[in-house]
Amino acid sequence: MRDLRPARLSPADVLRVGGVGLRARPTRVVLSALGIAIGIAAMISVVGVSTSSREDLDRRLAALGTNLLTAGPGQTLFGEQAHLPTESVGMIGRMAPVLSATATGKVVDAHVYRNDRIPQTQSGGIAVLAARTDLLATVGATVAKGVFLNEATARYPAVVLGHKAAERLGVAAPNEPVHLGGEWFTVVGVLHPAPLAPELDTAALVGWPVAREHLGFDGYPTTVYARAREDAVHSVQANLAATANPEHPDEVEVSRPSDALAAKQATDETLNALLLGLGAVALLVGGVGVANTMVISVLERRAEIGLRRSLGATRSQIRTQFLTESLLLSALGGAAGAVLGVLVTTAYATYQDWPAVVPAWATLGGIAATAVIGTLAGLYPAIRASRLSPTEALATP
Amino acid sequence: MTPVVELREVGREYQGVVALRDVSLTIGRGELVGIVGPSGSGKSTMLNLIGTLDRPTRGEVRIDGHAVRELSDRALSALRASVIGFVFQQFHLSTGMSTVDNVADGLLYAGVGVGQRRRRAVEALKAVGLGHRLTHRPHELSGGERQRVAIARAVVGRPALLLADEPTGNLDSKSGEGVLRLLRSLHEAGTTVLVITHDQEVAATLPRRVDVRDGRVVGDA
Repeated sequence: MRDLRPARLSPADVLRVGGVGLRARPTRVVLSALGIAIGIAAMISVVGVSTSSREDLDRRLAALGTNLLTAGPGQTLFGEQAHLPTESVGMIGRMAPVLSATATGKVVDAHVYRNDRIPQTQSGGIAVLAARTDLLATVGATVAKGVFLNEATARYPAVVLGHKAAERLGVAAPNEPVHLGGEWFTVVGVLHPAPLAPELDTAALVGWPVAREHLGFDGYPTTVYARAREDAVHSVQANLAATANPEHPDEVEVSRPSDALAAKQATDETLNALLLGLGAVALLVGGVGVANTMVISVLERRAEIGLRRSLGATRSQIRTQFLTESLLLSALGGAAGAVLGVLVTTAYATYQDWPAVVPAWATLGGIAATAVIGTLAGLYPAIRASRLSPTEALATP
Repeated sequence: MTPVVELREVGREYQGVVALRDVSLTIGRGELVGIVGPSGSGKSTMLNLIGTLDRPTRGEVRIDGHAVRELSDRALSALRASVIGFVFQQFHLSTGMSTVDNVADGLLYAGVGVGQRRRRAVEALKAVGLGHRLTHRPHELSGGERQRVAIARAVVGRPALLLADEPTGNLDSKSGEGVLRLLRSLHEAGTTVLVITHDQEVAATLPRRVDVRDGRVVGDA
């Protein structure tokens, strides 16, 4: 008499048997896997897009440097607009760890217009700034067209426009005249966008001497830009106010523009968390779809369950069969979703001119999530299938 | 030599309704037996008990020497995988698979590797005269051919006992005769065959018939 012990199915056979139900109903498989795919794709692309944008920011910051500091006038104790002493630029420049220092000063009374027929009120939000000739090197901005101000042009009615200012004035190329502070100025250059000094984008820059002589500029700097040595950024930041205005350090506002960019990124992350949550909901709905498909599959295939029991399948083998089917179903959706998520990320990053980055943890997490969902969705139907008595199952027409 | 089937004073009740009472029956190796009775006579209950798909509420069932009462569900599954082959009235073939794969599934739970399963399935299909239908799907076959595929699946593991439940019930008389001929040739090759039927004509062609009525055996000749 033989020992009655059920044979174990090989892993390949487990997969083969688990796939039987899927091969028989391809449309249903595609539709219920689609739910999982959408959820995984949503989550992976949210993570991918935000990682790509952060990677882009990191690279930009690495190029721009995070060692730029600015100092500007705050308010006096009595709430009046303070101003920085004229010597502040020189004093900051003489701090040991400061590599270079420069300044712009707002010319309060001057506005710039395309020509002399534009009404006074339509100044287009463009500020007129007096600029030192060494401004660009320190803030890391570059000229798109033409040239920047030099010692010579700083004394004459010449102006360099920020990226947006040129757009608003409709100036496409240098050598065009604009009406600035009641006089005709010639545009000598247009700047690229300046990420670390966005205030320059909407500015018309004129030379310091010409501003004083022709535009009634008071000569007080309104923004001092300083590049500090990387290892000393914090100590410079701490001492900048006292150096800029030793009498009233409390009237100086110091900031680090790269921090502002990073902070903007941080606010984006809150939105990302929300989107990630939405993706999780989509995934959950997809899981419910798989569970529903599995319940129906078990109901429809009672006769098959009965047959398999009569062929010698144990309860646990039936359970494994349906659990495998559910896992295969959600793994199919997960794989499709991961591919879709990577495609969406790549497409969006390419469109935004970012490096496309999908972190490995997101992909692995997605795969783990589908495994968990496949198990949860398949567990109840699989247990029901295994508890079915063979005679009842076979009696189903 | 132990008999293949041994029922001793077996009874089966379903929630107070007696389907089978005091049945004693012994079927030896190599026999071809018909269990005959009208619907509701208890013959399907007998099939389920002999096939170890169900357990009796009284008495003792021994299949190939194993006492069903003492066996766990897992052990009964192993018993079915190695000792019993089933043929059903509705064939129960998987629509999504070729005939070879359907037949090969008859060895799946006996722990035979996939290569050998397919090889033996092809042999079994040739033996039932379907060597030219290996890659067809069940819906591409006639009823008689489908039942022969089901028989091939039942015998591919060379079971000690072949249980056929109304094997000709869904077939026209010509295909039915073919299926019976096949069962008889299997019997002649040494397999123990048990045919459950309500059809007197089918029963008349079998060497031994057990008549069942109202849950009792009323004749055994």
